Amino acid sequence: MREAAGSEEAGTLVNAKAIVVTSGKGGVGKTTTTANVGAALAKLGERVAVVDTDVGLRNLDVVMGLEGRVVFDLIDVFEGRCKLRQALIRDKRVETLHLIAASQTKDKSALSEARMRETVRALLEDEGFDRVLIDSPAGIESGFQTAAAAAHGALVVVNPEVSSVRDADRIIGLLEAREITEVRLIINRLRPKMVKRGDMLEVSDVLDILGVKLIGIVPEDERVLVSTNVGNPLALEDGGPKATAGSAFRDIARRIGGEDVAYPDLDGGKGVFSGLRRLFGGR
Amino acid sequence: MFGFFRRRRSKDDLKQRLKLVLSYDRARLSPGKMEQLKRELLGVVEKYFPSDGDDLNVRFEQHGDRMVLIADLPRSSHR
Repeated sequence: MREAAGSEEAGTLVNAKAIVVTSGKGGVGKTTTTANVGAALAKLGERVAVVDTDVGLRNLDVVMGLEGRVVFDLIDVFEGRCKLRQALIRDKRVETLHLIAASQTKDKSALSEARMRETVRALLEDEGFDRVLIDSPAGIESGFQTAAAAAHGALVVVNPEVSSVRDADRIIGLLEAREITEVRLIINRLRPKMVKRGDMLEVSDVLDILGVKLIGIVPEDERVLVSTNVGNPLALEDGGPKATAGSAFRDIARRIGGEDVAYPDLDGGKGVFSGLRRLFGGR
Repeated sequence: MFGFFRRRRSKDDLKQRLKLVLSYDRARLSPGKMEQLKRELLGVVEKYFPSDGDDLNVRFEQHGDRMVLIADLPRSSHR
């Protein structure tokens, strides 16, 4: 059931240990979000496994700068060519962060919902991970369905533009049909200047339309591209100004953990965003 | 006082368009089918209330988490 936008003042806590990162539309920032939120959660002390399910088009490995370490992948696990532990790639920077890469050579027919569920169960119960973040492929077909099969929570990534919002709505409907109850929205690539002059949907518009709880607002930020160029998730670069994508991803991780993190002013305190702090749990 | 010169904010158009298209998406009905439904409803209504069906307004509304099909037909009362 969709809740009214902003119906709860704070508490965007995600209890689900297995969380799918999805969007419907491609190119809105699923993989970047998975890498950054995964890294930030791990930095907070959780044992995190990020799993790429975009079989045939894997990218989470390069975004995280771990492409050189991939030996076995998710499909090797599914088809019994290796043990789960052999497919777990430890991150270079945060030792509680691990990646399972998607296969680049197989196609989506190699996916299986039952095997996905078993793999996630094993990660949580046998390997002792606190959290599994599942990077879903674009679309609503088997790739997405497999990614969602093992999840109990979802981060829906949306850009404030027409096709992304429409696709997000569709995805939210499909997640609800799967009885995934903890659905949280990340508004990515928000451009405060465009919002201010009325040429981009505001956060409250998107929430009003989609009717799910907000867990993050990530401003458009060139540093995201720069950091993926070198394979180093931006969320791991501490410091810098407050209203940046890196700190937005770190805030999302803290909110997943149940912390009540205020939304920073993306606008220098003038207008559009100041109301948000009150509305969505800010202080 | 700048209202006259201010162009329409494009995000207002977008929000309206999105709300409309999503109401059809959520109801799994295409806008064209909706027109067809409207014509057929009109035909049925006219059968029982001759020449009364001109103002038929059919639309979807979001009521909480449900989509509701609203057919609004103001009838003139001849007493």
